[in-house]
Amino acid sequence: MNGYVKNVVATIALGTILLNVHAAEKRKSGYDIMSPSTQALQNDDSQNPAMLWVKDGEALWNRAAGEAKKSCATCHSGAVKSMRGVAARYPAFEPKSKRPINLQQRINLCQKNYQRAEPFSAESSELLSIESYVAMQSRGLPIAPPRDARLTASRERGQQFFQQRIGQLDLSCADCHDNHAGKKLGSATIPEAHPTAYPLYRLEWQSVGSLQRRLRNCMSGVRAEPYTFGAQEFIELELYMTLRAAGMRIETPGVRP
Amino acid sequence: MKMYEYRFRRRQLLVSSVGLIGYAIVRPVFSAPVTLDAALAEFSRGGKVTTGKVKFEIAELIDNGNAVPITVSVDSPMTEANHVVAIAVFNEKNPQREMIKTKLSPLAGRAQLSTRIRLATSQKLTAIAEMNDGSFFSHTVEVVVTLAACIEE
Amino acid sequence: MARALITIPPNPKRNSIIEIRVLIQHPMETGLRPDAEGKVQPRNIIRRFECRFIVGDKSDLIFSAELFPAISANPYIAFHLRATQNGTLNFQWTGDNGFAQTETAALVVV
Repeated sequence: MNGYVKNVVATIALGTILLNVHAAEKRKSGYDIMSPSTQALQNDDSQNPAMLWVKDGEALWNRAAGEAKKSCATCHSGAVKSMRGVAARYPAFEPKSKRPINLQQRINLCQKNYQRAEPFSAESSELLSIESYVAMQSRGLPIAPPRDARLTASRERGQQFFQQRIGQLDLSCADCHDNHAGKKLGSATIPEAHPTAYPLYRLEWQSVGSLQRRLRNCMSGVRAEPYTFGAQEFIELELYMTLRAAGMRIETPGVRP
Repeated sequence: MKMYEYRFRRRQLLVSSVGLIGYAIVRPVFSAPVTLDAALAEFSRGGKVTTGKVKFEIAELIDNGNAVPITVSVDSPMTEANHVVAIAVFNEKNPQREMIKTKLSPLAGRAQLSTRIRLATSQKLTAIAEMNDGSFFSHTVEVVVTLAACIEE
Repeated sequence: MARALITIPPNPKRNSIIEIRVLIQHPMETGLRPDAEGKVQPRNIIRRFECRFIVGDKSDLIFSAELFPAISANPYIAFHLRATQNGTLNFQWTGDNGFAQTETAALVVV
């Protein structure tokens, strides 16, 4: 398939998914299936423990760092305006490295290139805090995956991975989250796996964590060797998952059991 | 924050596979030093505890025991002459009976406390209030705690 | 320093009863949990919280709490205050390993 045809096919595929989304919202966020008392924690910022990370992120946003002695705010001013909608379109294509990157990687690239600072380590409190603060600015907006043909191949690989059986339990993401979503696993309802609220506070973690922490958790759950944080396979999976969740509202900072 | 490391022990594999039934196995077994009744008697210094005036709000079915929202309120005018001086919450089956013990001034205006508690298992919980005249009132609830199947050890 | 979030209704009416909500970042490690090697991690909890209302030289203890390992990580506590006059609310958390944190907030009644 040549580039042009691929582009058209991708656009049609994306268009079809988006059309379906608007037809009738039948998809459920993890929020919809959790208990009212856990929902209450997410509903109210004064009770939501993830807001502690958001507040940290706000402080980091305004803190000058690196050799350039710049803060995020030096270039982007107030995040409330400048970051509105940004989290909704990640992962996105990064032209310099010619590959898709997620929001965390975007933040770390900014740090490296413009602040000339040491990037935050994977799953560090700082990275989760600033990502939470940035992503919260898109709260309430629909997930809007970019219609970018350069992402098509990665998206397709992400979809293949989603449907690929892995691990000693020989289960794919789709086995649980497409084919058995809404049913019970133990006492828990199997969610549809829409990444609408990351980074989020999981009561089980007693902390805020990233989508990739959850994905690693799922992989070890089916007895597969989890990819490392930032692995390209995860970015591709994120690309597919955001397409699958296109149009759903961003809830960050979310709370889950 | 330390990055999470995935290490599997044979027992964890077993536990995860059998789900809820196995969950308790990885938790250390504690011999509870006192019963719920004994803890309440100690709090009331042996005085009579009457059921009433206290309202203990908590979900009856809990999907995760790590953070369970509770609210305890006590029917009291909170005046200098007539007020609640203390509210405490005890449990039946956690490793330790005490959960939280609070003291209130009449300046609070309302005798109400909200927090989030950890629950190891399904059990009875008692909220107890001490009035400024030395009387004690309580409310006991029973909760069912279920746990997520996909747990990260 | 741990991050803390304090929520007070803005400009409450004089003599109204307001709810004060406090949230603080803390692991509340129970001292009962084994780590991956099976070694029990030492207890590290906030043991006490108190809130004082300060007007000039006068400091009144409004509410205090003794916390146990059964209180969830990142402890949340909500209680009440009759907003009689302007003043300063002083919040203090103390705990294991020398943990100590103080936050203040102004109370302005209308």
